[in-house]
Amino acid sequence: MSRIGVFVCWCGSNIASTVDVEKVREEAAKIPGVVSAVDYKYMCSDPGQNSLRNVIKEKNLTGVVLAACSPHMHENTFRKAAVKEGLNPYFVEIANIREQVSWVHEDKERATAKAVDLMKMMVEKVKRDKPIEDVRVPLNKKALVIGGGISGIQAALDIANGGVEVILVEKEPSIGGRMIQLDETFPTLDCSSCIMTPKMVEVNQHPNIKLYTYSEIEDVSGYIGNFKVKIKKKARSVVEKDCTGCGECWNACPMHKNVKSEFNINLSERTAIYVPFPQAVPLVPVLDRSVCLHFKKGGKCQKCFDACGPKCIDFSMQDEIIEETVGAIVAATGYDLMETSMYGEYGYGKYKDVVSGLQFERLLSASGPTEGVIKRPSDGKTPQTIVFVQCVGSRDPEKGVPYCSKVCCMYTAKHAKLFAHKVHGSQSYVFYIDIRATSKGYEEFVRGTMEQDGAVYLRGRVSKIYEDNGKLIVKGADTLSGNQVEIAADMVVLATGVIPKKGSDKLAQMLGISYDKYGFLTESHPKLRPAESSTAGIFLAGMAQGPRDIPESVVSGSAAASKILGLFSKSEYEVEGTISSVNEATCVACFYCQRVCAYNAISRKEIKDRNGNVVKVVANVNPGLCTGCGACVNACFSKSIDVKGFMDDQIYAEIKSLAV
Amino acid sequence: MKLAYYPGCSLKGTSFEYEVSLLKILEAMGIEVKEIPDWNCCGASAAHSINHNLAIALPARNLAIAEKDGFESVLAPCAACSNRLKNADYELKRDDILKKKITNSLEMPYDSEMSINNMLEFLIGVVGKEKIKSMVKKPLAGLKVASYYGCLLVRPPKVMQFDDPENPVTMDELVSLTGAEPVDYSYKTECCGAINSLSKPDVVMALTGKVLYDAKNHGADVVVVACPLCHSNLDVRQKEIERKYEEKIGLPILFITELLGLSFGINPKDLAIDGHMVAADRVLKKIEELSK
Repeated sequence: MSRIGVFVCWCGSNIASTVDVEKVREEAAKIPGVVSAVDYKYMCSDPGQNSLRNVIKEKNLTGVVLAACSPHMHENTFRKAAVKEGLNPYFVEIANIREQVSWVHEDKERATAKAVDLMKMMVEKVKRDKPIEDVRVPLNKKALVIGGGISGIQAALDIANGGVEVILVEKEPSIGGRMIQLDETFPTLDCSSCIMTPKMVEVNQHPNIKLYTYSEIEDVSGYIGNFKVKIKKKARSVVEKDCTGCGECWNACPMHKNVKSEFNINLSERTAIYVPFPQAVPLVPVLDRSVCLHFKKGGKCQKCFDACGPKCIDFSMQDEIIEETVGAIVAATGYDLMETSMYGEYGYGKYKDVVSGLQFERLLSASGPTEGVIKRPSDGKTPQTIVFVQCVGSRDPEKGVPYCSKVCCMYTAKHAKLFAHKVHGSQSYVFYIDIRATSKGYEEFVRGTMEQDGAVYLRGRVSKIYEDNGKLIVKGADTLSGNQVEIAADMVVLATGVIPKKGSDKLAQMLGISYDKYGFLTESHPKLRPAESSTAGIFLAGMAQGPRDIPESVVSGSAAASKILGLFSKSEYEVEGTISSVNEATCVACFYCQRVCAYNAISRKEIKDRNGNVVKVVANVNPGLCTGCGACVNACFSKSIDVKGFMDDQIYAEIKSLAV
Repeated sequence: MKLAYYPGCSLKGTSFEYEVSLLKILEAMGIEVKEIPDWNCCGASAAHSINHNLAIALPARNLAIAEKDGFESVLAPCAACSNRLKNADYELKRDDILKKKITNSLEMPYDSEMSINNMLEFLIGVVGKEKIKSMVKKPLAGLKVASYYGCLLVRPPKVMQFDDPENPVTMDELVSLTGAEPVDYSYKTECCGAINSLSKPDVVMALTGKVLYDAKNHGADVVVVACPLCHSNLDVRQKEIERKYEEKIGLPILFITELLGLSFGINPKDLAIDGHMVAADRVLKKIEELSK
């Protein structure tokens, strides 16, 4: 026989001013099975909790209903108090009469009636509650970081420095990501490679970090604490452990000047066997088989092989699949820049001197194709006038994306500043929609570009760019003066928008994490759980989540790392017990539940007799993956799945309690 | 396929050369089009700045008649006409309440299942490049042709659904088929000034002047268009522009259909090429010389 206690909270005047709490208490006392009904001004206060504990003890309660605020607020508080008196925490139910009643209604009589109804429903539910034990999952204390850009590097280093083993997987031949492509960084103008390369080297030398470059994630299965990961290590054709990075091979390669450099975004050429840039980590070349003469001309050319001292070139190397088991994953897949083909009027691709922001970055860089001297691609002359166009693709729902790419205002200001510093007497013009310079030192930086470095800022968009007599004519609007402007420029730099890295959506599907309509990975909660994905054990960092600058990327890498170190500080991971459970007696093994489960939590289980013969196949719920969403419950034709704590009979009883 | 032809007012008046040449080349290619019976004004310029429902109802009536008569495709050679017809079709497809209102007032149903083509779409999409290429008897090799698109053929892009709105190339492709050389110049989608020709001729002369001088500076022998109003501004105002800017232009403005007709070997007189203000004699002579 149930012995239920009902506790009605006033929440000061928050509830009591709109709900007749005494009436709720009186109604509670009338329900069969309720042995105690009290009301109190603040149930969450220490005296309130003590009175709860006293009643549980004195009346030997089997269940507790609190008519109070949202369970998000104090469910845990009351559960803990109940546990101290030996009650299973899931025998505490909350009727939310604050957020769902007093705060949203005015009529006291009707609000009270609703509060009584909600309380009654919870009494019927708690009568049917069964004890639930939280699930404990063992943890493999090893982390996988996907992506070797600044946020991935930061996450890997922080985890590794915390004493945990890390596997860092990078798709490209070197780590460094986008940041290593940049010249100087706003707002302090410190050189990107100077601050980045020490971190890259640290990753390579760290005893706790295992680095796989030129590698991709092939498959991920499992759940928090126990992810099984398959990594495809692509055939580099160079034996990493023997290579000294001396450069004899790429010097010997006859394919020089034939292949566009990806790292310099087509502004220079590379050989077939190459390192993307001189500071690459690891400093081990990759042989690009799609252009290598050895592979294209039936093995005749082997000049690199002949030139290599330690003989570490291996033309027969195959892709290798490496399997690892990790307890947590960081997805730091980074970003790409938008194509600008939808802006035919800007002539990108048609006019050589219309370049993207990242290309201009390479032209500024001392390690770039022009060794840091600004030269325009068409004729190698140093431009005197440059027009910078912001928001190319960003904030343009018609042709591009509606969101702001966040970094373009700042890097454009930086470009204009560096241009003024490098080419004295030059002039830059910046077309902008709004200037967004909100972090520390940013506004001052942009002001400096305008006031000290003389960049002319024009608020408006560019309508057309065309070539006339060797000049690029930029037509646009200056909306502040209301005039149309025409500028004859030597070069145009387009601040193209930021989009998620190509293929990150596929990776997200593999990981079972969600992403938004643009492909950016979504946080478990945009404000309060910004480092967590929707799947337990998988964390997010960097631009993969959306546009952000270097400091923010570093912070997010560290945040993901600290979450993982926190997770690994315990011996086991505790999962709330309100997950699905299968009634194996009635399950007919149709596996419709498996098809609707978004978390891959359902597998097949064979039930065997004592001779080892399979007698039945049923659905089985993996507690590490199940979130208790209930999709399988709705899908089950034979009514064989329930979510613990939300069983069918409880829900029906709640509904029945409303029938008068 | 049963093809409807919606001429609109210009082709029956100021731009009669467009209709003459158009019907001539279609006849040469053995393609039959039928004028929509009892067609009315498409409402261009005037209607949509005054009354939205009227701006939809006027073109919708023409479409409804064509649909009732069992046509599958409508050719509207005038850029403004095709623009208005497409706009009406676009809105009626997306707005059931508007559709009910319009079809009620027209007392005719309309199902929006016909394809509506401007001249260039029709030539490339319905007639086809192969067919046109096979008709070229007198290749215009050596002739430099600047294609001028203006605005209405490609804008607004989501309604027109035709070519790249900022860098259209369809007319250049047609020019290539004739054997002539398309001229790459910077003003092919710039505004010609449109109907301001009557109220603010100075504005039109400034805008049109830029188009003409740029085409000429890029070596064009002739400019081709697929819009009666573009034609009128580039052709009729040309003498005045020369006087204003004190620099000779002398660029004949031909409809794309006329250029095609010349390459098909059709007599220029039959294409009404003598109907323009800027005489095309020099171009015709050049074509004769080149073909020798």
